[in-house]
Amino acid sequence: MVEYLIDRVGLPGWLAWTAAASLAAVLILNVIAGGALVFIWAERKIAARIQDRLGPTRTGGKFGWLQSLADGIKLLAKEDLMPDGADGMLFRLAPYVSFCASFCAFIALPFAFDFVGLRLNVAVFFVVAVLGLEVFGVILAGYASASKWSLFGSMREAAQVVSYEVPLGMCVVVPVMLAGSMDMVTIAEKQAGWFWNWYLFHDPFTFVIFWVYVTCAVASVNRAPFDLAEAESELVAGFHTEYSGLRWSFFFMAEYGSMFLVSAMAAVLFLGGWNGPVPLATLAGLSEGTGDTAGYLVRLLGMVNLLGKATLGVLVMMWIRWTLPRLRIDQVMTTCLKYCTPIAAVMFAGAMLWQLFLPGGLVPGMRRPAGEIREGWLEGPGGRGAASAATGSGDLVLAPAAQVRP
Amino acid sequence: MIGGSVAVASTCCLGAVVPPLAMLDWHAVFFMLFAAAACGCALAVVLADNVVRMAFYLVLSLGATAGLFFLAGAEFVGAMQLMIYVGGTLVLLVFGVMLTAQAPFVSIKTSAAEKAFAGLLGGALLTLLLVAALSVEPWRRPGSVGPTEPSATPLGMALVGVRVDEPPAHSPAVGRSGYLLPFEIISVHLLVVLVAAAYLARAKRRKTPRPVEMVASVEPPVSVAEHAAIGREAAVGAPARSGSVLVGGGS
Repeated sequence: MVEYLIDRVGLPGWLAWTAAASLAAVLILNVIAGGALVFIWAERKIAARIQDRLGPTRTGGKFGWLQSLADGIKLLAKEDLMPDGADGMLFRLAPYVSFCASFCAFIALPFAFDFVGLRLNVAVFFVVAVLGLEVFGVILAGYASASKWSLFGSMREAAQVVSYEVPLGMCVVVPVMLAGSMDMVTIAEKQAGWFWNWYLFHDPFTFVIFWVYVTCAVASVNRAPFDLAEAESELVAGFHTEYSGLRWSFFFMAEYGSMFLVSAMAAVLFLGGWNGPVPLATLAGLSEGTGDTAGYLVRLLGMVNLLGKATLGVLVMMWIRWTLPRLRIDQVMTTCLKYCTPIAAVMFAGAMLWQLFLPGGLVPGMRRPAGEIREGWLEGPGGRGAASAATGSGDLVLAPAAQVRP
Repeated sequence: MIGGSVAVASTCCLGAVVPPLAMLDWHAVFFMLFAAAACGCALAVVLADNVVRMAFYLVLSLGATAGLFFLAGAEFVGAMQLMIYVGGTLVLLVFGVMLTAQAPFVSIKTSAAEKAFAGLLGGALLTLLLVAALSVEPWRRPGSVGPTEPSATPLGMALVGVRVDEPPAHSPAVGRSGYLLPFEIISVHLLVVLVAAAYLARAKRRKTPRPVEMVASVEPPVSVAEHAAIGREAAVGAPARSGSVLVGGGS
């Protein structure tokens, strides 16, 4: 896009970079903010249906679909209160810290082939790391509010999130191992084709570890049944007890953004990313890699796929929230340390052994051999020679094995 | 999208103090932005007198340093910085500060002698680092350190014993002199630490029937709940008794 702006439109370089970066940032911001509006409405309707109610019905017509907008206007008009004993600077900054962490993680998330804010070589790791920063805003909010409820809420959250990062990391490592890359674009690309190519169906171990990932993801974004940080019946509203108005809504945007993010990550890691269950584009003879209009449309279709999967994940989280009762703090810790972590560790070892002994799967010919696009330097003398010949001056050249192999 | 190296950016920003708008180099701008944020917040850590604010400034400073790593194309190191320092250590640090900080320790006043000593120490270290950095010949020429391909693969391969950054000259054994042994030593070391932490933090076996609930409860003790003042001191002091166990269970 930068090249297009420079060459075709004739913009100077700095302006082209600015325009491209702003466009990406605005699009991502809209995914979070617009998504939050829709999801809050959906959550109200789903909660209502599960509890045998109707939910919002009046604002904006039949289904109350303007309810979130009305809520937003109300929040904008609300007075911004701060407790007397609060630490003013930290109290004001905390919502933005949470929101920024959620926003930053979206930068590395691929929405479709080539539709990614910044294609990072270590995207999975980056997303997990940045997602862990969101808790910092919550801790600051809890501390700065000068309220016991807030402090207890943020303490619970810190303990919970720091604990659940361990099994979450183990779950995330399995698709990374299968794909041989931490690049989320590469991971999704390797699941192309029919739905049995998805890592969810790669082997029994990945199937189990997907559900561990779901548990840990729900816990790491503080959704019920792991919403101890808010725990309305015990802690008033937990860490955001003292917040009102726009700052409060920033916490909620961060929460819904994170929910969407972990769902999208589940989609990329386990559910084929932007590849639909049926490879419609490939069957029609189109490729997503081409630069023409057809390729662009295929990528748009891929984006619809990914957004659909992520939305489905968010809806499942809502379904869980309104179905299961909240856990106690000791049950939360038991779930993490006594169940999720050992299961994840065993499944990780299992997936590793499966990859070692049954790399092609049980049914030969059904799945592409995993590890198809490995880097070239472990591929024997031919690959090694080709790689070192290409480098010449000793620089690193990442030659895909697919090119090196005959 | 953002490639290049810090060396290039630093020479850019030193060479042109006020670049004309047409020559605006976003790489240099972001380098200056992150560098200023890192240095400014590091200063703020020293100058602030509230412990939690210090921790917050430290987070900003370390986050800006991670931004510098990303700018230099070292994505893995940048993400590692975020994960370990910003995400892990600092959350635990703030957590510990919040739980242990009683009223006299929340605000820390630094005496003039301490400031002078710290300034001397810091200045000496800075001088040493500057001299060391400027003595590296390739770093002094602009553009001599070209943009690198951002990839964590050579790093990972080197840690399991395959040096891909040094192409093997004659035999395969030459290329396999990586960092496998240090990596294994550190792994075993960390494992020992983990086991020890789990041992220290485990629920003690007592005669009382349900130790887990007792340990994990974060409800405020009665005496604290009756505390009249709902100032920050009360809020911070309250969980200090029950919370330390929670840290052990949580970490």
